[in-house]
Amino acid sequence: MLELKSLYEGFRDPQTIRQLAADIRTEAAALDEQICIMEVCGGHTHTIMKYGLPQLLPDNIEFIHGPGCPVCIMPKERIDHAAALASQPNVILVTLGDMIRVPGSHGSLAQFRAKGCDIRPIYDPLDTLKIAQENPDKTVVFFAIGFETSTPMTAVLLAQAEAMGINNLQFHINHVLVPPAIDAVMADEPVRVNAFIGPSHVSVITGAKIYQHAVDTYHTPVVVAGFEPVDVMESILQIVRQKAAGKAELEIQYSRAVTMDGNLTAQALVERYFEVRPEFRWRGLGPIAHSALQLKAAFAYRDAEKCFADILPTAEIQDHKACQCGDILRGHAKPKDCRVFGRGCTPQTPLGSCMVSSEGACNAYFRYSMTPVATPAASSQHASQGAVDEQ
Amino acid sequence: MSNDIRLEKSIQLSHGGGGQEMNHLIKSLFFKAFDNPLLCREEDAAALQLTGQCAFTTDAFTVSPLFFAGGNIGKLAIAGTVNDLAMMGAKPEYLSASFIIEEGFAYRDLSVIVQTMADELAKSGAKIVCGDTKVVPRGCADGIFITTTGVGHIQHAGISAHHVADGDAIIVSRDIGRHGAAILMGREGLTLESELTSDCATLWPAVKTLIDAGLDIHALRDATRGGLSAVLNEWSRASEMGIAINEADIPVADEVRGLCELFGFEPYDLANEGTFILALPAAQASQAVSLLRSINCSANASVIGHACREHNGKVILNSPWGSSRYLDVPQGELLPRIC
Repeated sequence: MLELKSLYEGFRDPQTIRQLAADIRTEAAALDEQICIMEVCGGHTHTIMKYGLPQLLPDNIEFIHGPGCPVCIMPKERIDHAAALASQPNVILVTLGDMIRVPGSHGSLAQFRAKGCDIRPIYDPLDTLKIAQENPDKTVVFFAIGFETSTPMTAVLLAQAEAMGINNLQFHINHVLVPPAIDAVMADEPVRVNAFIGPSHVSVITGAKIYQHAVDTYHTPVVVAGFEPVDVMESILQIVRQKAAGKAELEIQYSRAVTMDGNLTAQALVERYFEVRPEFRWRGLGPIAHSALQLKAAFAYRDAEKCFADILPTAEIQDHKACQCGDILRGHAKPKDCRVFGRGCTPQTPLGSCMVSSEGACNAYFRYSMTPVATPAASSQHASQGAVDEQ
Repeated sequence: MSNDIRLEKSIQLSHGGGGQEMNHLIKSLFFKAFDNPLLCREEDAAALQLTGQCAFTTDAFTVSPLFFAGGNIGKLAIAGTVNDLAMMGAKPEYLSASFIIEEGFAYRDLSVIVQTMADELAKSGAKIVCGDTKVVPRGCADGIFITTTGVGHIQHAGISAHHVADGDAIIVSRDIGRHGAAILMGREGLTLESELTSDCATLWPAVKTLIDAGLDIHALRDATRGGLSAVLNEWSRASEMGIAINEADIPVADEVRGLCELFGFEPYDLANEGTFILALPAAQASQAVSLLRSINCSANASVIGHACREHNGKVILNSPWGSSRYLDVPQGELLPRIC
């Protein structure tokens, strides 16, 4: 049984956050360089905006939002795959959360659902088992998305289907990997990023070790951080201290769950069913070698991409011309630099997936701050009066 | 075929057919539970005495699961419509109830729902004076849908989303997000260490207490779908006011907060069914809170912020550590985060 309070208690303590902000301001004042921290994960972007953390930080610390949102980086042709699968007779398409809102070239999965396709958003991948069992005359396709965090759950689903002899369950695999995305960001000149906050939930599975390559190659600090405001603020302080000491090291802030080696059982399970794809096209970042997973050949009978190859579109679909999600995902632009932000592109009428996903940078900016967030260091009067800028 | 429909365990299409079975269902279940002279006259319509300013409202209820911790669809159907009247400062008096029931629906469940409705009506003194029953083939409805319509005399005129004034205190009647969280837990079958129940409740007694005390209520709204965020955004736009609220002052149960963490939701966006927001002059805020705290369903009422002239049309959420952000209305379906 899970004690819910333990999920957040202590990690939003106002005094702790204020003290961390004060320490960051003091120690960053001695630095003569701008610290451009990429929070790789959309979950961190959400935390940063939701808790107004930029307002607490000095001017020489800037957040650059990374490509770590599984919804945001999904290219349109993959959404079109999902729509094509859902449009087949006797197919039930199952997927997670926000994915049903992302526009494909012929509409979102929510729109296809409204037209009569059997598309079911679920909370837990294992719910798919029940759907498959209850519909033995249909093919149930799990449209699997997510980074290293989510992949083990897909592997567990597959393992259970095998063990239970559930043969009408197939998978469309879109699991992607964080380290190749970091390489793609850093290879994309000009690069302003000179520090990273690494997503802790990925490292719960993989271990923090997956970031050592980035530290060694780019000489940037990487701090694996939790998602509470205290976690993020503490991670920033760790980065500032590394910069002040002229160091570039891998640190684990989220030591309550992350180790250097991670969850070896989960890694073995993923290894049993998945292998690295030669290439995967990321929305905004383009094709990245060895950046995603696919089912091993031994499980081809469960691979919807192979079983339905005849009906899946193959052309790459480019984004709307006005949409700057690509620049935002590469760290070259902030959401409010996009000329359609909040006008032609809103959460109700998204042009791009960064506005759709609750982990997307555009959605976070739209939802929490209608103006640029980089305000000067917070002062005490912020406590009682609104510090949000006018639109 | 037996004429004794009490032996039948589920609702049949014939229960909506207008014949003997339907008559029996109405008499043995609905009339028995909702017993009052206006209803039992069995006219085509109830004849009411209405003079003065009245409030009139309707709402359709569909919920999954039908039975949840702290209530069921019947309790919602009464509390929801009674509360809509109460939020206009109107004493709930006469309700209609229309049932769309799916063929095969368990008679026992229907009985529980109807009895719950009767129990909930007693809390405001309102009466169901007319109704309708339809039975639709299996697969055409999700168990049962209930529509209730209500009318009542306004006891305090001028309550409106447009009347929030500069400097008004914003008060929430109790901790927020319980109904949405309870439904989520019921729907997803989460095994969590929690005794979380919905806040579903009739609010008229609390509103009556405020009115009887002579307080100058500017706006009242029960924070149903869209939660606290939706109400405050509606008020700020309708009144052309900014509304600044302090995160630390908003009561949220630990279980609700934890569930939000699990799914990536915010308690401000979750539905409530027994929680209202109140705007009135700041000078009357402490009296209002004190009165509300004396009532069971609003025992942890709190002042959470104030209306202001800055940021017109926007709601500002101030964090306890010195940052601020807009509190926007929830967007689209509430979907859990992916990782």
